[in-house]
Amino acid sequence: MAGESNGAGVFGSSIRRREDPELITGQAKYTDDLQLSGMVYCTILRSDYAHAKINGVDASEAEALDGVIAVYTAKDIEASGVPGGIPVGWLLPDMKIPEHYMLAKDTTRYVGDGVAIVVAEDQYTAHDALDLIYVDYDPRDGVADPKKATEDGAPLVHDEAPNNIAFDWEIGDKEQTDAAFANAAHVASLDIVNNRLIPNAMEPRAALADYNSITGELTLYMTTQNPHIHRLLMSLASLGLPEHKIRVIAPEVGGGFGSKIHHYADEAIAAWASMQVGRPVKWTATRTETYLTDAHGRDHVTHGELAMDADGRFIGLRVDTYAAMGAYLSTFAPAVPTYLYGTLMSGEYDLPAIHCHVYGVFTHTVPVDAYRGAGRPEATFIVERLVDEAARVSGIDPAEIRRRNFVSPDAFPYQTQVALEYDSGNYEGALDKALEAIGYDDFRKEQAAAREEGKFLGIGLSTYIEACGLAPSAVVGSLGAQAGQWESAVVRVHATGKVTVYSGCSGHGQGHETTFAQIVASALGVPYEDIDVIEGDSGVMPHGWGTYGSRSAATGGSAIASAAEKVVDKARTIAAHLLEAAEEDLAFEDGNFFVKGSPDQAQSLPDVALQAYLAHNLPKGIEPALEATSFYDPANFVFPFGTHVAVVEICASTGQVDLKRYLAVDDVGNVINPMIVDGQVHGGIAQGVGQSLYETAVYDDGANLLSGTMLDYAVPKAHFLPSFETDRTVTPCPHNPLGVKGVGEAGTIASPAAVVNAVVDALSPFGVNHIDMPVTSEKVWNAMN
Amino acid sequence: MYPSKFDYHRPSSVQEAVQILADNPDAKVLAGGHSLIPVMKLRLAAPAALVDIGRIDALQSISRSNGSLRIGACVTYNEIANSADVQAAAPLLAEAAGQIGDRQVRYRGTIGGNLSHADPASDLPAAALALGATLHVAGSGGSRSVSASDFFVDLMMTALQADEILTEVEITAAGAGTGSAYVKFEHPASGYALCGAAAVVTRDAGGSCTGASLCFNGVSATAVSAADAASSLVGSDLSDGAIDSAVSGMSIPDATGDMFASAGYRQELARTLGAQALRTARDRA
Amino acid sequence: MGISIELEVNGAGVSKEVEPRLLLAHLLREELGLTGTKIGCDTSQCGSCTILLDGQAVKSCTVLAVQADGSEVTTIEGLANGEYHPMQQAFWDNHGLQCGFCTPGMIISCVDLLNSNPQPSEDEIRHGLEGNLCRCTGYHNIVRAVQAAAETMNG
Repeated sequence: MAGESNGAGVFGSSIRRREDPELITGQAKYTDDLQLSGMVYCTILRSDYAHAKINGVDASEAEALDGVIAVYTAKDIEASGVPGGIPVGWLLPDMKIPEHYMLAKDTTRYVGDGVAIVVAEDQYTAHDALDLIYVDYDPRDGVADPKKATEDGAPLVHDEAPNNIAFDWEIGDKEQTDAAFANAAHVASLDIVNNRLIPNAMEPRAALADYNSITGELTLYMTTQNPHIHRLLMSLASLGLPEHKIRVIAPEVGGGFGSKIHHYADEAIAAWASMQVGRPVKWTATRTETYLTDAHGRDHVTHGELAMDADGRFIGLRVDTYAAMGAYLSTFAPAVPTYLYGTLMSGEYDLPAIHCHVYGVFTHTVPVDAYRGAGRPEATFIVERLVDEAARVSGIDPAEIRRRNFVSPDAFPYQTQVALEYDSGNYEGALDKALEAIGYDDFRKEQAAAREEGKFLGIGLSTYIEACGLAPSAVVGSLGAQAGQWESAVVRVHATGKVTVYSGCSGHGQGHETTFAQIVASALGVPYEDIDVIEGDSGVMPHGWGTYGSRSAATGGSAIASAAEKVVDKARTIAAHLLEAAEEDLAFEDGNFFVKGSPDQAQSLPDVALQAYLAHNLPKGIEPALEATSFYDPANFVFPFGTHVAVVEICASTGQVDLKRYLAVDDVGNVINPMIVDGQVHGGIAQGVGQSLYETAVYDDGANLLSGTMLDYAVPKAHFLPSFETDRTVTPCPHNPLGVKGVGEAGTIASPAAVVNAVVDALSPFGVNHIDMPVTSEKVWNAMN
Repeated sequence: MYPSKFDYHRPSSVQEAVQILADNPDAKVLAGGHSLIPVMKLRLAAPAALVDIGRIDALQSISRSNGSLRIGACVTYNEIANSADVQAAAPLLAEAAGQIGDRQVRYRGTIGGNLSHADPASDLPAAALALGATLHVAGSGGSRSVSASDFFVDLMMTALQADEILTEVEITAAGAGTGSAYVKFEHPASGYALCGAAAVVTRDAGGSCTGASLCFNGVSATAVSAADAASSLVGSDLSDGAIDSAVSGMSIPDATGDMFASAGYRQELARTLGAQALRTARDRA
Repeated sequence: MGISIELEVNGAGVSKEVEPRLLLAHLLREELGLTGTKIGCDTSQCGSCTILLDGQAVKSCTVLAVQADGSEVTTIEGLANGEYHPMQQAFWDNHGLQCGFCTPGMIISCVDLLNSNPQPSEDEIRHGLEGNLCRCTGYHNIVRAVQAAAETMNG
């Protein structure tokens, strides 16, 4: 295949992904594609009960089955002496932190909670054996609804958490906010359920663990977004192996959307099982298992209010939320409905008073944690729904009321009432572009004419902001993170001038091998083809924190840019020595160092690299070789923003919502590869549309998961979606070297509100002011009748 | 997921197949497998043996003779949807078959497997009912015929005995002045029918309705016929008004509700889709 | 207990003794090492396991290996013939994939779609993909890829 592009102009161009040839030919190896000599298979018996005491486990029949190597329960893990824990990595004040063990010891707390492990010679036998383990359960009542779970008398998930409250958190100024409401001319008020979602990365989670009892080393191939975090937690909390004896490798990873951030029991179980049987052990989730174990997303019950003065200016916002944590506190779960949620309540608006109160609530359900957007879609949904409701109650057009309340472009940096300092933005610019592209004024005429014919069209705006690229480590640490949020990079120029880049990020579909090489090609002036990017192996690259929260470009990309700059600095010193010139007299263009004005006498980066490695003639005090490592700790979050617009038509006879158009104008700062950025926006929109119209994890009153397969849970199909219209404004991030923000989550954050606002707009003749997601045909039909 | 163990038989004739069934009470018939294998993978079914009838030649063909269309049990949805014979003689069946599942499923799933599985949310049962299909059945005790209206007994239960195989579906070819339509409202995840309406109407030269049937999938435990609504159309001019009035009072007995759609909403869909199917059928008559 | 089967996989003859319950997807992945075919669900929804069986796109997780006895199978590994199949090329050129997990099944399914309908409209493409789920792309660029491949293949 032909080369793509050379040199400095690569940054910003839509070059095809270098990842793709292996993927389109089926050659790429995902975790479950790997085979190791002597490999055996592990399966996990899961509780059928949302809440039960375990009186006993009889595994004798399973153990006797031909091909079964061993069956283990929690007692065996305890007896092995490993820590066995599944910890939470974000601590809030006064938070209840119940023990979470690798298998349920004496109580199961959700359908799917692990009870026993089978290790067998083949996967069919490993599944057969599950049917032969008999657990004596004593079923108890369970509770799945986060608000009902806090009521007196609700079944307790953990005895140490009265009313199932894990934490009670607030942000903003309650007194000031209440005072604003006391003076309000209009108040918009909504009760909103943010529906529980199942991530559904197409690749189910899997692990292949290979423990070498001679060396004491564990190699763990797994579906991870962050190998180093998993290595750390495996070492500290689950397995007790020294960190340097664990190597976590992310082979090809088939999507994550947050679900492969978290430290689950299952991968630790595969590793522990390998330690017991002395053979490589593979565990691969069935799709049903992913529904029962992958951390779910969202699941909030909220009351929100927005106060306005007589001119429709926002004067106060208050929000009360019950946020499900599920049965245990997952890795970053406490951060999601707090610091990733309450801090976004100012939206794009100049809001002088905000108060947000959140109960984190235990329920007898799969744990809830970060899923694409993580807290920010929930916040954006509330703010943008309340803004539309404010427009309705005040009689102001939804576009106009937004315009009237935006933070103005000259107000940056803008300090919100909920901790964040927005660095840059031009919200009206994106809105104007979107309104023009969608034909907002004409649409209103079309809508009126359609209503005459009994057709119901609606348009919905979502003018969103998000905070991503977390962010100064000291700040997140002060908020409770038990992790840093910097990122690492190594840029290694080889003696021949070829380059290998190591990043602590860990892509799983984002195209880092392409975009990160684009960054380095531009920074070093080296041909793009001469640069390789390697990620996802804790044994190879320095510690990094992985890929999630739209952080890879802003933190990982910046780390790479910073390391590349160090390489150029060192190369310049050597080049000056070779050219017998002063460093400050040198220019560096297209990969060549030369004395300004004398480009004919140049030392190219490969020339310099060769000399750096030969080390025969280096300036005094300069070490041999040419590489640099950077640990980049961002100065602030980054703040992508934009306007999304949905146009829907509702079938009057069935209530079915047809998404006719979807337009996104995003501002993600400078763009490294427009094609990839557009692709991220498309996928993000599809997931947000999925939440708004189709997807929902349903538990019954007994906390049984009813939507337990893909037959029940509606991942959007191609014909549910229109082609998307995308455009951009560019407001570079002022505080990172690339001027980039993040794009991975923007579509998912913005789109639910755009779609529901459009539906509510379409239904305005029926006096409808809100419909909870997913907006099913039946809900719409009921609203119309 | 992983099915439990079973014995596998691949008979080459119907006689051989029914004998194996008679000898193995826990055996199940495997045709395309697109209803059975999924439930076996989830271990909701664990038959001791499978009798694979997929290679029995006698079950593979579509034929037309003497005003009758005969479709072998192992004919796939895709073949039915694209068969010129089916499109001419029983276009309703072709239309319904073309809406089952997805392209991949339609290449493998069979009419015999579909009707024998009797999933009320699948698309063929209502079509078979509306067309008054005759289902030919072979068992160790001999062959018999069952009308579609007697075939669907309850949720995923048919009139088939354990040792019987559905071998052929026979449909009287549509005559002049007949039109039909299948209209479906699909579940967004499974693609099954929340409600599927199958309508057949016949008009005389003057445009007056001489016969009508209207049947539904997805609304209750079996495919059902809305016989009263359909018969009320006979003698009418099949105007929009006549159709609306026929379906407006219609109520499907024992409509079921679940997490996807309430019984009441399914009734509403039945009225809406029923009217839509009748109008389209009329326009095609 | 084992059943002998013979089939042709990507042009090469294969003889195997298999358990009746072995799924075709597992035969390909575990016994023949053709891991390009993916398994993404338990209920025949996702289409990641789509292969061509006697020239037709089927979900190999819902076919027993014994049912494929005597058949010809083409997997993603067998699609390129010295150079990429136009559908593979179009997926690359149009950014029709991100994580790549659904991609082998998606490409096979799209090949089948164009086999049966060489010049599909956007609507026909979208409905033609109802047996394949993608969580990354929102399908936008997959549709573009199919359109581009149709153009190439008809050109």
